[in-house]
Amino acid sequence: MSEVPDNLKYSSEHEWVRLEDDGSVVVGITDHAQAALGELVYVEVPEAGQTFNKGDACIVVESVKAASDVYAPVSGACQAANPALGDAPELVNQSPYEGGWLVRLQPSDPAELDELMDAEAYARLLAESGG
Amino acid sequence: MSEPVIFELSRAGRRAPTHAVAEVPAHTIPEALLRDAPPVLPEVSELQVVRHFTRLSQLNFSIDTEFYPLGSCTMKYNPKICNRLAMLPEFLERHPLGDVERGQGFLECMFELQEMLKAVTGMTAISLTPMAGAQGEFAGVAMIRAYHAARQDHERCEIIVPDAAHGTNPATATMCGCTAVEIPTGPDGDVDLDALRRVVGPRTAGIMLTNPSTLGVFERHITEVAEIVHSAGGLLYYDGANLNAILGRVFPADMGFDVIHVNLHKTFSTPHGGGGPGSGVVGVNDRLAAFLPVPIVGRTGADRFVWLTEQDLPQSIGRLSAFMGNAGILLRAYIYMRLLGGDGMRRVSEYATLNANYLMQQLVKAGFDVAFSERRASHEFIVSLKGIAGETGITAMDFAKALLDRGFHAPTTYFPALVAECLLIEPTETETRQDLDAFAAALIDIRDQARTDPDEVRAAPRTMPVRRLDDVRAARQLDLAWQGEPESS
Amino acid sequence: MPYIPHTDDDVAAMLAVIGVDSTAELFDEIPDGLLIDALPGIPAALTEAGITRLMRARAGRDGGAVSFLGAGAYEHYIPAAVWDIANRGEFYSAYTPYQAEASQGTLQLIYEFQTMMTGLTGLDVSNASLYDGASAFAEACLMAVRANRKSKSRRMLVSRGVNPVYRAVARAIGGGQGIELVELPLDPAGRTDFDALTKFDGEAFAAVCLAQPTFLGTIEEADAITDWAHAHDMLVISICNPTGLALLRPPGEWGETGADIACGEGQPLGIPVSSGGPYFGYMVCRKPLLRQMPGRIVGRTVDIEGRPGFTLTLQAREQHIRRSKATSNICTNQGLMVTAATIYLSLLGAEGLRRTALQCHANTNLLAGKLAQLEGVSVAFDTYFHEAVIRFDRPVAALVDALGERGILAGYDLSEHYPELGNALLVCATDARTHEDIDAYVAATRSALDRSQAA
Repeated sequence: MSEVPDNLKYSSEHEWVRLEDDGSVVVGITDHAQAALGELVYVEVPEAGQTFNKGDACIVVESVKAASDVYAPVSGACQAANPALGDAPELVNQSPYEGGWLVRLQPSDPAELDELMDAEAYARLLAESGG
Repeated sequence: MSEPVIFELSRAGRRAPTHAVAEVPAHTIPEALLRDAPPVLPEVSELQVVRHFTRLSQLNFSIDTEFYPLGSCTMKYNPKICNRLAMLPEFLERHPLGDVERGQGFLECMFELQEMLKAVTGMTAISLTPMAGAQGEFAGVAMIRAYHAARQDHERCEIIVPDAAHGTNPATATMCGCTAVEIPTGPDGDVDLDALRRVVGPRTAGIMLTNPSTLGVFERHITEVAEIVHSAGGLLYYDGANLNAILGRVFPADMGFDVIHVNLHKTFSTPHGGGGPGSGVVGVNDRLAAFLPVPIVGRTGADRFVWLTEQDLPQSIGRLSAFMGNAGILLRAYIYMRLLGGDGMRRVSEYATLNANYLMQQLVKAGFDVAFSERRASHEFIVSLKGIAGETGITAMDFAKALLDRGFHAPTTYFPALVAECLLIEPTETETRQDLDAFAAALIDIRDQARTDPDEVRAAPRTMPVRRLDDVRAARQLDLAWQGEPESS
Repeated sequence: MPYIPHTDDDVAAMLAVIGVDSTAELFDEIPDGLLIDALPGIPAALTEAGITRLMRARAGRDGGAVSFLGAGAYEHYIPAAVWDIANRGEFYSAYTPYQAEASQGTLQLIYEFQTMMTGLTGLDVSNASLYDGASAFAEACLMAVRANRKSKSRRMLVSRGVNPVYRAVARAIGGGQGIELVELPLDPAGRTDFDALTKFDGEAFAAVCLAQPTFLGTIEEADAITDWAHAHDMLVISICNPTGLALLRPPGEWGETGADIACGEGQPLGIPVSSGGPYFGYMVCRKPLLRQMPGRIVGRTVDIEGRPGFTLTLQAREQHIRRSKATSNICTNQGLMVTAATIYLSLLGAEGLRRTALQCHANTNLLAGKLAQLEGVSVAFDTYFHEAVIRFDRPVAALVDALGERGILAGYDLSEHYPELGNALLVCATDARTHEDIDAYVAATRSALDRSQAA
């Protein structure tokens, strides 16, 4: 059973979102998602300033045998990407909720955050899908 | 059994001098345009070169040395005579821009190749220029786009692709500026017709299909598929990857296809060469003939052959190569087709299908889980190892590696993705029954070992030049060119 | 039954296992109306001896010309060892190295090839090859659009020094994705006109594309153009003749930071001209652009015992994984051609390749110099590598025909693609030509010009 921290919001595409004090959000992929992808070898992140609508592909995570898009869980502008991933994409596998965060976004419509799942709902989704 | 990288054999000042002039001629190029230091290339003797590359060749599996049942790749015997005759010095020395008067022999072969390809596909016009299957696909979809554009039908930009399709199909749609729309496969392996009806419409440019499909079965509703797509205003593209299964049995044109590419390196036995060159010639019906890529070989008068170019086909999608594609590969295919004749071609599909169905039944009888086993196999079929993987933890990849130790190249693994833990097995017509039996016995042996000693299967291969390689390290710590010995890590 | 090994007993036993009476039953899922029972349009089978007679006769009609044609395909001497080894069945009849452990020969060879191409171009990473030079240039344009993060433009600034067919191919292949080529004129010395380039200041382009040498044989002074492009957020694509790279400053050293992508035709490296193919395209780039590069790439890694070994890597860019989001639909490389090229480069080494390049240059120089002594003939540009533009005082088509009758391929008539050069012929005398060949060319030209004068 994969880890699902209580303090985060989740999308059905297996992204997690953490609301920061300054109103920005930090985005990553869940423990379940990293386990399904296998060992990551590369993460392609957006440049600061790029804007996304909710659901846009904004990040590509690559393992040896697969490459998957990560979709923006909320609309907004990229403030920064995790600089450590360039040399150490394995951080996403080792620490999906902390050291392996992907990007920090400034949401353009904070109301979209309410549409995301809480930990309980996401855990239920995983259980229902056999994950 | 490893061979040093050739740069490790290099010593400064060593030369293989027979290949270069002894005196360095003077030149008139300004110094500022010249390179400061010579490029880093090995300095080795001719004997060292011969030994090094001969040894490298011996580290390979190949058709000439092992059974190579790589599904969807048609790894049949490449006749030696095709290579020898295509490498006659007059063919090798002919400059592509040389005058046609001094190329009539070559051009006659190319013209007849076009005619024979019409005769095996039922199409009415052929262009030989695409240099691989993927470029043939590009040409086909580009022609479909050009056709719609010429009719002022500019909304048609969706290419329908079954979910079982090879990855090149959707990638081609993107390259042509189209969007790929996937449709599901029904439980019996045929296209889900209702799903197809739901996605066709005024945006449909066409559909790309392989028949028999990558699932190893013949699409029985092909006539209905054609009817649905044509009624919606779209065209049908035939991916010729599996033509070996139906050669001389069915004309793709009769199935309703408007455009086809043929992988000469599969059906017509030109060499795979360690990954290429291929050849993806395209054929079309009258609707698309005006859009074919150039050049094409034409005939004027009884026996004079000429190039047809943009001037002759002003609506052509243009040129895809600097000259006329992989001419030497086209020659090999021509020679192979003339050796087979029409009856020989029908035997190709007959025995390719016989071998596949025989091997499939042997594996069914041995208790393997064969996908669509209630269907007739085409020239290939799928074994799913999901049950064995659940029982023993041994995966399709483990089976593949264990086969190498038993002297067989592995089948295609994990494709098509619709079937879990799958092996796609294509024996081809040139293998003996005894080799098929030996291959089946090897799979049974590996399954036995999976149950009794799974760690030993996971440890395979043991007899290859290397054991299993660290793919993650290869992708994370990129080492793509020799820089001297890396520090040990 | 060519190449089909089944005995009657085999067939009977196999049908029994399948549970059918005849092989015809194996096609019973094909709707009746679609089945055919013969291929009447295919000639009857020939024996191996028969096809040998036929092909020798066909080949016999084609041979014997002495070629001064280049224009993208170059006849060089090819050492015997090259194709003796490349034709070994273990190379010839292997496929793409999907099972790395059983394909170390092909994989290590490609790794060595990649190393050699980075050495020649002075750039960081090479792929395992593309189809040919023209399609490699088209792929380079598409790659530049993906890789240029500062510009969203799909337009390319392309020198008229780039092979006109390559430009046509880039339009045909890139057109569907909106690639647009804008032409840069040449200056009186036959090089890309820097002043014309600066007029595009303020416009957005993905890349500037230069050939080295140009299609006309001239040698670009690429530094200023490279630096200008980079200062204007454009990448630089260089299309280089690989023989020339033994001699000329490599694209990795152009300007302050070097060109970004090098691509071109690999045929001069041990591949016969053979009616235009198969050849191979090469592509090399700076490391930051690596993930946008199309085609296969081999990397060195270790096996579970820590021994070095080779494998395909970075496959997640490719069509079989990324499907509609792949960098290209390309699957194949031109593996067999790369095998030949790697052996060729190993035999020649840097010094051998440099001498070959110098020999070609000297032969073309000699030919151009002798032709320029004829009445009404001049050399258009002073500085060139191994092809020269020769100007005549009358249309060159008749001259080409006249020399053709004497078994000499006179060169490439530039009037269609470069009308601004007047009556101009592109000639090339590689290391495959002797001084006697050159003298015969000059004599035949003199006599043809004399006759047309008289007529």
